[in-house]
Amino acid sequence: MSTVAHLPDPGRRHPDLGRLLGRVALGDQDAFSQLYDAVAGPVLGLVRRVLRDPAQSEEVAQEVLLEVWRTAARYRPERGEAMPWVLTIAHRRAVDRVRSAQAAADRDRQVAAASHAPVFDEVAEQVEGRLEREQVRRCLKRLTELQRESLTLAYYRGYSYPEVAELLGAPLGTVKTRMRDGLIRLRDCLGVGA
Amino acid sequence: MSAADLHTLTGAYAAHALDPAEAAEFERHLARCPACAQEVAEFTATLARLGAAEAVVPPAALKDRVMAALPTVRQDPPQTGAGPAAGRSRGRWRRHGPTLALAACLAAAAGFGGLAVQQHRQADEARARAAALQQRQDAFADLLTAPDARSAAAAAAGGSGLGTVVWSESRGRAGFLASGLPALADGTTYELWFNDSGTMRPAGLLPRSDGALLLTGPVDAAKGVGVTVEPAAGSLHPSGAPIMLIPFA
Repeated sequence: MSTVAHLPDPGRRHPDLGRLLGRVALGDQDAFSQLYDAVAGPVLGLVRRVLRDPAQSEEVAQEVLLEVWRTAARYRPERGEAMPWVLTIAHRRAVDRVRSAQAAADRDRQVAAASHAPVFDEVAEQVEGRLEREQVRRCLKRLTELQRESLTLAYYRGYSYPEVAELLGAPLGTVKTRMRDGLIRLRDCLGVGA
Repeated sequence: MSAADLHTLTGAYAAHALDPAEAAEFERHLARCPACAQEVAEFTATLARLGAAEAVVPPAALKDRVMAALPTVRQDPPQTGAGPAAGRSRGRWRRHGPTLALAACLAAAAGFGGLAVQQHRQADEARARAAALQQRQDAFADLLTAPDARSAAAAAAGGSGLGTVVWSESRGRAGFLASGLPALADGTTYELWFNDSGTMRPAGLLPRSDGALLLTGPVDAAKGVGVTVEPAAGSLHPSGAPIMLIPFA
């Protein structure tokens, strides 16, 4: 682990995001425009990674960004960086959408066809955050296969952990444990501090 | 599930991979486990790095649509002054660890949805409503941070979504947090009820699938809280079976 070069995390690369959110909470549209420029790419990218459908993803990303506008007053800087706050909203909304009844039906068909194949990440235009992406990749490689599969199926695909267990043919208890120890290893590798 | 078992759910919880019932059980555990809350916060930040690494260049039209929509979306009012929710320093967090962790977890359960309702109605109501909302938010924050605040949760009958009730004997009040309840048909709302030993007492309307509501009226001798779907104006008596009943236990 000692060879890992810690890049600044996304929250710190945009040191003003928390302050921007404070201005957004007061209805400052200029501040929101700046915040948008910093978070819209990650929001849309994450939502697309989970949903895959580009049109649906834009719709959900728009909902997320408007939720950020609506609930900016809820953000508490002392509880964490702004980017994770925004991306938690994005991930929850993407997962909610993918688990809605219609999406589930669509997905069942896709699962059969595309179980483990990367579907979107190879075609997306990932211009921003190449270093970040490289570091995440490197840290993901340090996980055991079961840790990595468990986490990426849950986080990038929106599967619940019982679904993950079924897909991987692993016991439930093993999957939830692997998600936790995988995240511990990732946290340490990425240098996410307390 | 034992506390040790629950503790291992921090990862699945942070990845939004728990089913509603398990998430609710885990949130009850979180309320008593500041270490778990800390771990969840770190995992959330870790997963955000995975999310941020997926960044794409959004189409310009998306920004146009979002910016154009801003004036139509009413913002939650900022929390001002010395209300109970203001000035939560890290020091306070530590002193009131479990209780504030509970508040944070419940906020997460509500998806950071706005406290109280976000109805989009006539703009001229906005000012009066903002003042009323502020009062209710302060009251809600007061409830969440009450030393004897307790919570219980249940999944919606036959569907998605989770309801969490928070109550405090010392405050005599209760609140309800909805997370991903089934979408409401037009012209309907969720209505909350105090369950007075089988008699349902109206406790407020929540016209959304996500969000939080400080229940109207005192808890008194109520045994729990029920939720029904009612016409948009609300009802005096439940018009159908509750989609969830959550006992104060």
